[in-house]
Amino acid sequence: MSVTLSFEVNGEPARLSVEPHARLVDVLRGPLGLVGTKEGCSNGECGACTVLVDGRPVCSCLLPALEVEGKQVTTIEGLVGPGGKLSEVQQAFVDKGGIQCGFCSPGMILSAHALLEQNPSPSDADVRDALTGNLCRCTGYAQIVESVQLAASTKRQKKGADHA
Amino acid sequence: MRELRYVGTDTVRPDAADKAAGRAYYIHDLSRPGMLWGKVKFAEHASARIKHIDTSRAERLPGVRAVITAYDTPELRIGFLRDNFALKRDRVRQFRDEVAAVAAIDPDIAAEAVELIRVEYEPLPAVFTPEEALAEGAPLVHERDADGRPVTSNLLPVQVHHESGDMAAGERASKYVVEGEFSTPLIQQACMGTAGCIAEMDTRGNLTMWAKTQIPFLAQKDFVRALEAMGLGGSNARVIVPALGGAFGTGLDTHAYEYIAILLAHRTGRPVKIVYDRREEFANLSPRQSARTRVVQGCDASGRLTFRKVEVLQDNGAYTSWGATYPTVMLIPATSLYKVPNVWFDAKLVYTNNTYAQAMRGYGNPEVTWPIECLLDELAEKVGIDPLEMRLINKNTPGEKTPMGLDITTCGLGECLEFAKQSLDWEAKHGKQRGKARGVGVASLVHVGGSGRIYRSDGGGVILKLDDFGNVNVSYGGVEMGQGLHAALTLGVAEALGVLPEKVCINQTDTATCPWDVGTHASRGAFIALNAAIRAADKARKKIFALASEIYASETQKSLAAHKKKNPGYEPPAYDFAAAARADNLELRDGQLFPKDAPNEPWLHIEIGKLLRALHFRGREGQMIVEEAFYEPPSTLPDWSKGVGNMSASYAYGVQAFEVEVDTETGDVKILKAVSAHDVGRVLNQQTLRGQVQGGLAQGIGYALYEEVKTHEGRVLNPSFTDYKIPTVHEMAFPVDIFFAETDDPAGPFGAKGVGEPGLVPTAPALANAIYDAVGIRIRDLPITPEKIVMALKAKKKG
Repeated sequence: MSVTLSFEVNGEPARLSVEPHARLVDVLRGPLGLVGTKEGCSNGECGACTVLVDGRPVCSCLLPALEVEGKQVTTIEGLVGPGGKLSEVQQAFVDKGGIQCGFCSPGMILSAHALLEQNPSPSDADVRDALTGNLCRCTGYAQIVESVQLAASTKRQKKGADHA
Repeated sequence: MRELRYVGTDTVRPDAADKAAGRAYYIHDLSRPGMLWGKVKFAEHASARIKHIDTSRAERLPGVRAVITAYDTPELRIGFLRDNFALKRDRVRQFRDEVAAVAAIDPDIAAEAVELIRVEYEPLPAVFTPEEALAEGAPLVHERDADGRPVTSNLLPVQVHHESGDMAAGERASKYVVEGEFSTPLIQQACMGTAGCIAEMDTRGNLTMWAKTQIPFLAQKDFVRALEAMGLGGSNARVIVPALGGAFGTGLDTHAYEYIAILLAHRTGRPVKIVYDRREEFANLSPRQSARTRVVQGCDASGRLTFRKVEVLQDNGAYTSWGATYPTVMLIPATSLYKVPNVWFDAKLVYTNNTYAQAMRGYGNPEVTWPIECLLDELAEKVGIDPLEMRLINKNTPGEKTPMGLDITTCGLGECLEFAKQSLDWEAKHGKQRGKARGVGVASLVHVGGSGRIYRSDGGGVILKLDDFGNVNVSYGGVEMGQGLHAALTLGVAEALGVLPEKVCINQTDTATCPWDVGTHASRGAFIALNAAIRAADKARKKIFALASEIYASETQKSLAAHKKKNPGYEPPAYDFAAAARADNLELRDGQLFPKDAPNEPWLHIEIGKLLRALHFRGREGQMIVEEAFYEPPSTLPDWSKGVGNMSASYAYGVQAFEVEVDTETGDVKILKAVSAHDVGRVLNQQTLRGQVQGGLAQGIGYALYEEVKTHEGRVLNPSFTDYKIPTVHEMAFPVDIFFAETDDPAGPFGAKGVGEPGLVPTAPALANAIYDAVGIRIRDLPITPEKIVMALKAKKKG
């Protein structure tokens, strides 16, 4: 027995029928084809499947898809601008070497994105707090923290320029 | 050597942007038309006879397309000693043994079907420690070897032994001797992307396998052998490697689940995908081998090492992976970490009914560096000299031939030790902060830096295919698994060929299109790939210059005419076009061909794409530039019974050091500062190199302080990230001072050595030595947990 789910994903309306027990990650990766969302543990422990629901980072492996009815979901694909232009956070991860195997990167980047929306000038400790739920086995996190700080500074400069 | 334009820069990785955008595709993301989902039924006993398997209910479940067992499929033997089977018949030897499998139209149905399979077992006696397994009358894990010969003991037939110098003389020359037994646990590689594959058969019996592997060509060989056993002799196996979510050694073997996918694909005529979930990855994918190592070493009155004895006992688990060749790498630190004249080494690997183990980063090296480096501190204390000085006294030097026969061509160990000393303000701190429960500790490493020959070919090839647009498509058979191989290869090709890095495209690794490579292990990826690329680029340049010399004069005269048209007053300098167009006068740099004797005239430049089109579209004279080179490193396959042979083309040395503070109430170890200093030969890419070092350090810290796969009678008890802790961003919140000694190795591409593994090799002993300096206790069994520290502090207090 399927039910109809309506929500907004990456700024576009989505309406599809889903099994009542489907998790958000299943709907994103399956019928919506948004495989940038990675499933690393299915248990809310690794953060690879992090997406933003109304701007807040959540593990899409833990969230029943029906919970996002009427809400806005942002996946890693949704941060990419027209012509493949990366967001400030994505570009900073590229520029500072915050990416190695890349499997944790979408979740890591979305957690960082949510932090910077809330706190444009985070301390390193703030960054670490925001990324606590995102495991990485490759980088040792140093270049990830540097990436987030670079993104913060790029965003601040851009905002300053916009206001000037 | 030409001036380097790209090698050594901070250029970003070519694969990073797609990974940041969610456009890198891993095995989990791939699908094939008509694809089915496979799922494995694992055993529920560590040692038992299979009495009966009832698959009837699973077969009746709607959506199930096949249920297979060993009783209705061909026998596929797998593993380094061919002691394992894709599906187990009659007998299970470990908790995770594969007893049946299903293919279904979706993963939920596959999972449900596996639950419906009923297996009746008759439990059999089992052994869970090497001691139990070696005891008189112990039950045998395998009654027969792969050739059917009866087996009399649980000892693996893998002999690695070494004796050099005169041990008795070494002992007589010793004023001080230390000894101890140290252990390292089973740990999980814990790749963020779990294991998986897709197997697809064509109507002629050829297999295409999308595999999470580090050894595409050895996997091809394994799969071809499986096809033969399935009655498909003469068929081919093609292995394609998608983006890998980390590997760290898990891809050095082919796995039962891959053969099961092949059997299911063959049975159903449909592509079959098997992907492990996290629980399966922890419980059913082979972890790093555990080891117990006894070391005795001595020195003279001045602190010079006199002898070293190393005895290793390893729990292999129930079957054998390439990880059983760990002792070949253990020999390197045993014989060649510091100058030690007399060495005795022996390793025993033992079958048990535990989960079978496989390779992980460092490959035996950390297991042996751990006791050697802890005991070096104990020895220094006996002599009464500073442990860092002790290391400087015994440091290796260039030109040395070690007891194993390793030719140490370049060695930056001394520089790395000096850097650690400065960085930590060692003299002011060592032995002087116990009142604050703070301490500093150091440990060194030696590892293969020019690949490691453990197979009859240790080579790899590169094809450079230049196209009409000036793109350089590079095919190499090794794999990018996150380490940054493609970053290094891009820069290396741009440098060696003389093109812009943005015109270099690294092709997907595919056995059908890439030249053979033994596999991405032993820190060899960049070393081999760039050595091959330099040779292929050299051939391509020769061909380009030879052909270009035929058209250069006419092409540049056309350019001059165009230049004059645009710049009417332009008077060109007198220039002899015919004389300029000699192959030996042409140079290619940054994608521009120009004459060496007039490098600055723009109209004398030909852009590479334009040049390639001119060479292609010449009527009957047309030519393409496609060149290949295969590189075999100048090393030798050691004689393992003697433990002697120069197995690598160069050797990487390095040092890690820490300052720590120990909470004497809770046993928590807080790292205040870390130093990671490495002899890398030459930096190829700053950013990826630092990333490798930082990542290795984090894994080393996990190994030292947190990680252990816990088992009870062969069953994994902690198959999740909640119960198996890897370092999070919080544990890595301390400054890391990184140093690269550039020793310019003669065998290295642009002088570089391999550096993939060293980052975790000396971490545990360096931390243990710092903890000892802080609170005076020595933990000999990893991980150094707070419980162990508190217990040891209590015992010390009781004294």
